[in-house]
Amino acid sequence: MSVRFGLTDDQKALRTGVRRLLERRFPREALRAAVDAPGRLDRELWRALGEAGFFALRLPEAEGGVGLGRPEAVLAFEEAGRALLPGPLVATHLAAGAVPGAAGGEVAVAAVDGELVEWLEAADVVRGDVRGAVPLRSVDPLTPLHRVPHPAAADPLAVLLTAAEQLGSAVRLRELAVQHARTRQQFGRPIGAFQAVQHLCADLLVRAETARAAVYAAAVTGDPGDIAAARLLADEAAVRGARDCLQVHGGMGFTWEADVHLHLKRAWVRAGRSGGVTESEELLAAALVR
Amino acid sequence: MDLSDTPEEAAFRARLREWLAEAVPAAGPEPDPADWPGRRAHDLGWQRTLYDAGYADVHWDASPALRMIFLEESEKAGAPYVGANFVGLLHAGPTIAAEGTDAQRARWLPPILRGEQVWCQGFSEPDAGSDLAALRTRARRDGDDYVVTGGKIWTSHAEVADWCELLVRTDPDAPRHRGITWLALPMDAAGVTVRPLRTLAGSTEFAEVFLDEVRVPAANRVGAENDGWRVTMVTLSFERGTAFVGEVVACRRVLRRLAGAARENGRWDDPVLRRALGRLDAEFRALWRLTQWNVSEATANGGVPGVAGSVFKLRYSTARQDLYDTAADVLGAGALDLDRPWVLDRLSSLSYTIAAGTSQIQRNIVAERMLGLPKGR
Ligand SMILES: Cc1cc2nc3c(=O)[nH]c(=O)nc-3n(C[C@H](O)[C@H](O)[C@H](O)COP(=O)(O)OP(=O)(O)OC[C@H]3O[C@@H](n4cnc5c(N)ncnc54)[C@H](O)[C@@H]3O)c2cc1C
Repeated sequence: MSVRFGLTDDQKALRTGVRRLLERRFPREALRAAVDAPGRLDRELWRALGEAGFFALRLPEAEGGVGLGRPEAVLAFEEAGRALLPGPLVATHLAAGAVPGAAGGEVAVAAVDGELVEWLEAADVVRGDVRGAVPLRSVDPLTPLHRVPHPAAADPLAVLLTAAEQLGSAVRLRELAVQHARTRQQFGRPIGAFQAVQHLCADLLVRAETARAAVYAAAVTGDPGDIAAARLLADEAAVRGARDCLQVHGGMGFTWEADVHLHLKRAWVRAGRSGGVTESEELLAAALVR
Repeated sequence: MDLSDTPEEAAFRARLREWLAEAVPAAGPEPDPADWPGRRAHDLGWQRTLYDAGYADVHWDASPALRMIFLEESEKAGAPYVGANFVGLLHAGPTIAAEGTDAQRARWLPPILRGEQVWCQGFSEPDAGSDLAALRTRARRDGDDYVVTGGKIWTSHAEVADWCELLVRTDPDAPRHRGITWLALPMDAAGVTVRPLRTLAGSTEFAEVFLDEVRVPAANRVGAENDGWRVTMVTLSFERGTAFVGEVVACRRVLRRLAGAARENGRWDDPVLRRALGRLDAEFRALWRLTQWNVSEATANGGVPGVAGSVFKLRYSTARQDLYDTAADVLGAGALDLDRPWVLDRLSSLSYTIAAGTSQIQRNIVAERMLGLPKGR
């Protein structure tokens, strides 16, 4: 049981593969270029993701998919979250096999989630009732948003994949904070030598690693309670992680130039998906008295 | 990523579950927390029962996976805790097993496993808490003995202990970490005085131990003279490893009872409380998975759970405090009544962020050893 919880060699290779792909196809310059051209979906990148199997990961091989499971999908989405990869990733992944072209990245699929739709205008196919959709001026420069009058119920798998993205952000934010704490000097020493800064960094790690255990376990079991728990832990790790990381960066953290705000804003968008934390907390509470 | 039991693990679990179903009811009710002789007898009795059934050494010899299954199933069956056996089974015993001579192992380990002797841990001193290496209790060599003078504090179970794993300073001139020695102190030796200390929960969980010219045979030294710091570090990694697994299972059971109580008294209709309970459920699910993850990673890297235990302890200690604060919320005015369930637990939970390394010290450990940040100041 527990001693085989860790990643298999294949899973490690998959994670490294996705990370390398994103470093190549979506380096930091591409991220910043995307910030400067909001709402534009990079179709070439989308097809590259499709070819790499990002969307078809869980589709059976007989249907032209990769034939892997939830754990592998979670690892891929963790990498996407880490890189702040833009686009309707979850909706397109979930549409693979059901919407022609989704699996291969030829089409981008948007879906109603709660009372919001991400990437409505850029998508080729939209799932759910979007009558009466109105655009919002999205807080996240990398996620165009519409609000719809007819909300849709949450799909547990979407919640899980979102949690994986949050985990990716949380881990990245810990790295950014620690890098900065090691190099930025004040009072003649790295700020990471100050205990107040060290403890912010330690808490970043504790939240991210606790979330990791919860997210991976939910990927293995697929249990709705485990998934709700994973989302609560991962949301907290990403949102609070972004704020602590911002604090460690000082004035630099408050700039448009630093990537911290991009993680914070995206973490807020993801935390609002699928009924938000309230729905997951109520789900778990209800299970306690069943 | 796999969370299922192997056939061997499943067989172990099934056999254990069947055995617990009969053994636990026979163990009798928990004694009153103020009844120390009763607690000692109860805890040792359960260890003896485990010994007779072949489970006594599960903490030492079984694989980490089997140990986790043992703790999980024991808790689910409502079995007694390690209690007074804690130091023997999880600190002193493993230290003697790892660092002791054959003769020392033969002398001290079997009585621990058979539930015959209680050990306590004499590390902390009035002026050496978080900064343990500042300890000053002095041991001077005299013939075949050490003569020990000084004092220990916060020594859990000292009132009923037979032995104490004692850290003493044997070389006051050496650098702090290099002048410390590990001794097994018989608690009935002349010159040992135990003064129980009352905790904020009202009972005497720990004590002050005064040592006045106590003669301890040199044969009771584990490891080399002045090598006690290294010997001790072997123990501490056990403490922060899987020691709390059973408690996480127990917390999840408390949470269910709390939800039931809230339903009965109407507090359940408050969405703020309901959501707090839901979030706690997420927290304890995650902590359970984190333990499994840590054990899995430690096994893959061929070692005992080390620094990762600090991550778990940081998160678990506050989760436990939150649990009982939420219990108070469910109880309303009953939270001020010591006779109500959970009220004493709420008081006890306050020690979790202090004992076995404070939360601040755990954060220092994470920052320095896991994140590689410069040594703090
Ligand atoms: C219930 C209970 C049972 C115990 N059982 C035992 C036992 O059986 N045997 C035994 O030997 N000991 C035992 N202890 C002692 C325990 O290990 C110490 O209490 C603990 O290590 C803290 O030491 P201290 O009490 O001296 O506090 P201090 O070290 O004085 O700490 C006081 C405060 O200062 C902070 N602080 C100290 N140093 C630093 C630093 N470097 N950076 C940041 N903050 C710092 C601490 O976090 C804390 O908030 C027990 C304690 C409790 C509460």
